[in-house]
Amino acid sequence: MYDTAAAAVEAALAAGARYADARVMQIRSEAMAARNGVLESTERDERAGVGVRALIGSSWGFYAVPDEGRAAARRAGEQAAAVARASTRVPGRALDLAPQAPAVGSWSSECREDPWAVTLAEKGDQLETATRTMKEHGADIAEASHRVWDTRKWLVSSEGSRVDQHIVECGAAMSATAVGERETQRRSYPGIRGQYGTRGWELVRELDLAGNAARIAEEARALLTAPECPALEATDLILGSEQMALQIHESVGHAVELDRILGWEAAFAGTSWLDLAQMGSLRFGSELMNITADATLPGALGSFGYDDEGTPAQPVDIVREGTWVGVLSGRDSAALAGISSGGAVRADGFDRIPMVRMTNVGLLPGPDSLDSMIAATDDGVLMDTNRSWSIDDKRLNFQFGCEIGWEIKGGQRGRLLRNPTYTGISPRFWGAMDMLSGPSEWTFWGTPNCGKGQPMQVGHTGHPAVPARFRGIRVGVRG
Amino acid sequence: MSAEHQATDDPVALADQVIEMVRAKAAHAEAEVTVRTGTEALTRFAGSFIHQNVAGEKSHIGLRISLAGQTTSASLDGQPSNDALGRLIDGALETARVLPTDPDWPGLAPVAAAPDPAHWDDATADASPDERARRVADFVAAGDGLETAGSCVTNATSAAFANSAGQRLSGRTTVAALDGIARTGTSDGSARGAAAGLGELDGRALGERAARKARDAADATDLAPGRYEVVLEPSCVANLLQFLFVYGFNGRAVEEGRSFVQLGQAQFDSAIALRDEATDRGTVGLAFDVEGTPKRSLDVVRDGVTAGVLHTRRTAAKAGTKSTGHAVEGATEWGALPENIVLKPGGRSPEELLAAVERGLLVTDFWYTRILDPRTQVVTGLTRNGVWLVEGGRIGRAVSNLRFTQSFLEALAPGAVRGVGSDQSLLLGGFGGTYLVPSLHLASWNFTGGAQG
Repeated sequence: MYDTAAAAVEAALAAGARYADARVMQIRSEAMAARNGVLESTERDERAGVGVRALIGSSWGFYAVPDEGRAAARRAGEQAAAVARASTRVPGRALDLAPQAPAVGSWSSECREDPWAVTLAEKGDQLETATRTMKEHGADIAEASHRVWDTRKWLVSSEGSRVDQHIVECGAAMSATAVGERETQRRSYPGIRGQYGTRGWELVRELDLAGNAARIAEEARALLTAPECPALEATDLILGSEQMALQIHESVGHAVELDRILGWEAAFAGTSWLDLAQMGSLRFGSELMNITADATLPGALGSFGYDDEGTPAQPVDIVREGTWVGVLSGRDSAALAGISSGGAVRADGFDRIPMVRMTNVGLLPGPDSLDSMIAATDDGVLMDTNRSWSIDDKRLNFQFGCEIGWEIKGGQRGRLLRNPTYTGISPRFWGAMDMLSGPSEWTFWGTPNCGKGQPMQVGHTGHPAVPARFRGIRVGVRG
Repeated sequence: MSAEHQATDDPVALADQVIEMVRAKAAHAEAEVTVRTGTEALTRFAGSFIHQNVAGEKSHIGLRISLAGQTTSASLDGQPSNDALGRLIDGALETARVLPTDPDWPGLAPVAAAPDPAHWDDATADASPDERARRVADFVAAGDGLETAGSCVTNATSAAFANSAGQRLSGRTTVAALDGIARTGTSDGSARGAAAGLGELDGRALGERAARKARDAADATDLAPGRYEVVLEPSCVANLLQFLFVYGFNGRAVEEGRSFVQLGQAQFDSAIALRDEATDRGTVGLAFDVEGTPKRSLDVVRDGVTAGVLHTRRTAAKAGTKSTGHAVEGATEWGALPENIVLKPGGRSPEELLAAVERGLLVTDFWYTRILDPRTQVVTGLTRNGVWLVEGGRIGRAVSNLRFTQSFLEALAPGAVRGVGSDQSLLLGGFGGTYLVPSLHLASWNFTGGAQG
């Protein structure tokens, strides 16, 4: 496939591009879903083709063809240059890509048990059993699913990069919904989006869907009659690690995407409240807050060997002891910011441009534990498992809802609370974090559905997270 | 085309070929196939320059096979060579044979003709990157010094459906859209347009509107949260309706008790008349779904009374009715999804709607709306791209963005709609659907906080 990619690059250069790169991508995927004890859908998909980027002056063009042949690749290269030339009608300021030594290499994710070798019968049985168990324990609607992605890609650039990668990702999810007279309650396991990683089927086995099915069904049923989360202007809030993953993703991960900071997403996904002039000095949160974007974490969903520009995977400090110090970047955005590329550019298929995406944006563990946080809280609320998420276009004002909450009184976990929500402003919220769980509670959560870009791309991102406590938070917002 | 490519580029012939190949391998298999080919292109600008500019060719085959109820789906986005088609079909048959029987398999769509909605424009199908760049240049120039950002889209799709029960349909559609903002430094203003033809989109007019709104929205000040009357511009209305359809007028949600829908009940203000209609001249898209069911005009709310629900073949069979043609590939878990929402316009211009406001807010766009509970339709989100206080029928000061937590069902309840605009805008929305909607004047909207805290 290197020949195909090289043909595309050569054609783009011949058509006038001063830089070009091409990716041949083959993605095989499998999705299986069961509902109420019945296997409802099994789908296997294949996407294959080549996508070419061409740079003329300071203007980009991209063209994709659903074809891995060399003739089609050459056509794509020529068209990419034509698109770039059209972009020069409305040019930006001079652009030189951030320097990057040509990358030559191969990389594969670790996969102990090949997901394709597990029989469909076994996979289907697992989902049917889990949903049957949830139904038997009070769920009105019981859903379970798994997904597998197998991605092979070959990158060639006009600067001499030649990189091929093979990435296997998989995971599973399930939920129990109880339908009441006026509202519905849902419990998910292990999280609202399930759990996914750059791992083999061993990840799904470790989840033990069947072993958790009865519990979440009973919790969903119990939530229907639980008291509503009280509306409090300021209380102590403890978040479980799954909700912390969402908190990190939405209020830190997107906010530190350099393309957003530069305004490239202004009309669609939005901008960022962060100003590059303040990088290195701005206080983002309390001193307990240490965030990294680390694409090298084994098994995490946002891991790879090289990004889609050929920049090697690397850990990047984002927030250090509460101070904002880094961003997620690619070669063009990094050049404009005067930094080196952080290797965070990816495309979700051959027919999409590589753009700045989260890698594994996560919170480093602290000195506490969930139990110690509860014991240290006189009056507060514990929430976990994301249910709703809304944040403004600068990634500043958020309101998040969780599936489940518990009252905390006198250092004890008390009664169940339904419809827990909380709201805040990012730096104030993160500044209010005063307790953080340790390494034994560190989980590499995977988000397989991060939407960004036009046309929309669905990114796979990782979020290492631990439970944390925040002081003086508004909870219980409702309509 | 690659040398090994032997299949045709004609989607109708390709769909027929796939069905024939399935028959040859498994004579008793029930099979349905959707073929989509065409082009998609999107020119994106930010900071008043084109920063991303993409185009490409599409070739998609979606196949579903059932062996006496053992059912599976497979798809191919790539070259449909005979080898690739053989792998696709063999893989699907092999998968189906080891799966349990689906007790709810509804069978294949019967033979039925679909209307031709004529949502096609040759010039848009052939639009060059230069033509998109020209629209962008016009929008940027109209910003008159303000920073601008947005996108210009031209897509063309030719589609064919065939199944082993003899149903065969084909159609084609184009869509063009120009959507952008202008920015003052303290405010953004938006403007957007969509149509089957790129020629209908005026970059200069849209850029001028965005710039005017941005300037009018500059130096906004905070307003105390609380309940206010609102005039919602069409993009807010489209956003609101999306939740009603996806979580409410959806056969699957109704079957499972998650929907608010009570057929025959006056759940909405009598001014509300809502339908899904693929053939409306003002919209775009195809007139059949991925199961081969033709779309028809479907009233879901008639004069405030809930009148209908969208169905796929699966949800329709469970409800004892017929599919309405709203199955979407890969969306079994979601149920039936709308593609052409139409809210009937009223008799008052947007200016007349504003003139009737005692004290309320004019809202341009909603942002990041998320449902808290599907049954009650409580949704949280924020305003974006311009909010103004309206007092005594006059637009006053610009207001900072606000967060709301509001039941969308209650917002349109009997007595809650004070006016429906005579304007009608085509908007592209989530789930690939389109919205042909007017502005609305609503009696109350629950703003629960300022965006700055």
